[in-house]
Amino acid sequence: MNKSKLLLFLPLLAILSCGKSKSDEKDATQNTASTSVTIKGSDTVLPLAQKEAETLMLSDKGISVTVVGGGSGVGITALMDGTTDIAMASRDLKTEEKLKFSESKKEVEKVTIAFDALTVIVNPANKVSQLTRQQLEEIFTGKITNWKEVGGADEKIVAYSRESSSGTYEFFKEEVMENKNYATNILSLPATGAIVQAVGQTKGAIGYIGLAYETKEVKQLGVSYDEGKTFIEPSVANAKNKTYPISRPLFYMFDKTNANKVKPIVDYALSDEGQKIVGEIGYVPLK
Amino acid sequence: MLSSAATSIIVVLIVFFLFMEGAGVFTKKPIEDGFLLAVSPSNPVKKLEPSQIKDIFDQKITNWKEVGGKDEPIVLFRTSDISTYYTDEELGENFEFFPAKINELISKQPGIIAFFSDKYKAENFSGRELEINKIKVFEFLSGEEWFPTAQPIAQMGVKPLIYGTLWVSLGAILIALPIGLAAAIFLSEIARKKVRNLVKPLIELLAGIPSVVYGFFGLVVIVPLIQSTFNLPVGETGLAGSVVLAIMALPTIITLSEDAMRNTPRAMKEASLALGASQWQTIYKVVIPHSASGITAGAILGIGRAIGETMAVLMVTGNAAVIPHTLLEPVRTIPATIAAELGEAPNGGLHYEALFALGCILFIITFGINLLVELVSSKQKHKKH
Repeated sequence: MNKSKLLLFLPLLAILSCGKSKSDEKDATQNTASTSVTIKGSDTVLPLAQKEAETLMLSDKGISVTVVGGGSGVGITALMDGTTDIAMASRDLKTEEKLKFSESKKEVEKVTIAFDALTVIVNPANKVSQLTRQQLEEIFTGKITNWKEVGGADEKIVAYSRESSSGTYEFFKEEVMENKNYATNILSLPATGAIVQAVGQTKGAIGYIGLAYETKEVKQLGVSYDEGKTFIEPSVANAKNKTYPISRPLFYMFDKTNANKVKPIVDYALSDEGQKIVGEIGYVPLK
Repeated sequence: MLSSAATSIIVVLIVFFLFMEGAGVFTKKPIEDGFLLAVSPSNPVKKLEPSQIKDIFDQKITNWKEVGGKDEPIVLFRTSDISTYYTDEELGENFEFFPAKINELISKQPGIIAFFSDKYKAENFSGRELEINKIKVFEFLSGEEWFPTAQPIAQMGVKPLIYGTLWVSLGAILIALPIGLAAAIFLSEIARKKVRNLVKPLIELLAGIPSVVYGFFGLVVIVPLIQSTFNLPVGETGLAGSVVLAIMALPTIITLSEDAMRNTPRAMKEASLALGASQWQTIYKVVIPHSASGITAGAILGIGRAIGETMAVLMVTGNAAVIPHTLLEPVRTIPATIAAELGEAPNGGLHYEALFALGCILFIITFGINLLVELVSSKQKHKKH
């Protein structure tokens, strides 16, 4: 009995001691840092901001950055309340939010730090290689259910989407489906990797993923936003020169009165080094 | 004594908390807090069902006469659409003319339906607000569409989710119970000691594999297998979920049933054999009846794991919120819904409370199953004595 109790205690002790040493480290960095900046918001921007913050903190010991996710809306609300210095956002301010900022007499400066683009993917065996926005909308709202309606083989369309908690879900809904709701029989998967896997092994599948995730297991579609006159292939080059339509800017937003404090971080994000990280994370750099 | 009292109190508190939060959904309207839907004062339509409002904003209904109004095309207006009607200057630097402009727009456009925050409702508001009913328990349970984040009206129908959960769990237990029982009989009665000592730890090891790993295994192996076996357009189906859950529930069922079977007194088995019964007759006339309570316990725990399992199911069932007619269709289960959506639902909001209400439903289902099993096993005991 005693022995088993001891066995229970050991891992507990180990956990406790781990926690202790970690908090010590944190204290140490905070003591040496002269400024500490909080970045909060979009989960899409999160990996980018995190990586940039890490490398920035390595090269500049005088600054400490805390990056928190939660979604664009959360970040912007925190910026209103003054609980964060920078809000990350994968969308522009909504009219409601602009109204709220003007009510609280705050001026917001927003800086584009990268672009994010979505690619529509299908199974490599699919004959269809391009679709118009209208066709995509009808596929995802359930009006088109067979590939032969858009020039493919006689095969049922199986549409995959992300879960509703994902920023990509909202982006696709706003940008491609013009705010209409997805059909109920759309399959939703919890991660981009799962979508690639599913589309790769399902013959009639269609899905959407971040441009950066391109793999050989799936085929990327060209899209047209002018009813079929021109189809644009998804590529980093096309996203950079803004001809590829399903792309969105990623922002850092901050209060103008706070500009001096956040300058090193914003500057770093726009620097060559910062933009290199953008490419590594899988987004589209500005230049 | 003390610890069991404390445990019971904590359990009761958790259940109480669950139901408190879950009941909140029925005190709310399915429209976002502080927002309103308004139509032109000349519009005869007074009330719209949530599903009609969704269809209007999805542009499936485009004329007022389809919902009992005049023959007039419907004009949609969301707050952000204001910039297509008025320039920034007209709205004023700090949007001070916003309420007045909305007011003007509503009286000018007879076919408008406007969705905006009640903060921008002018004092002399000329439009007419649409009445929106609170969510009713019956509608919540019988609704067939689950769009908790739909704008402007959330669609809260949990019927597909309940069906999905029941189908997947039922399938899982139908697969797991026979296999589990067979394995347990083999291990306790037929296998030699050497084999048992090798196989049993292996089976117990299955219980230690994280459910995400099962989910990934299901996605990569079982889903394509089901797709090609049944020649389906899509492999993410309820059946895939059932198979994965069955594999996950197997260790529990096997271990518990096997332990119970091995506890059958040697004297009883030998008496049966001495009376001339064969080994199989002994197994199903003596061993299984004697260990029935252990087997039911294993089955309950197995079902419990199946119904509440989240991650593995989330990855393999496709999560489409439609009412399934066969196991070969994609389904969305309650635990998967809660796990996938709770992260995004604002704390205390309608969506958040709806997810808690889903938790309540899940609790009631498992509670019901446990009660049923208790009832059955207690009846069996009476029979025996």
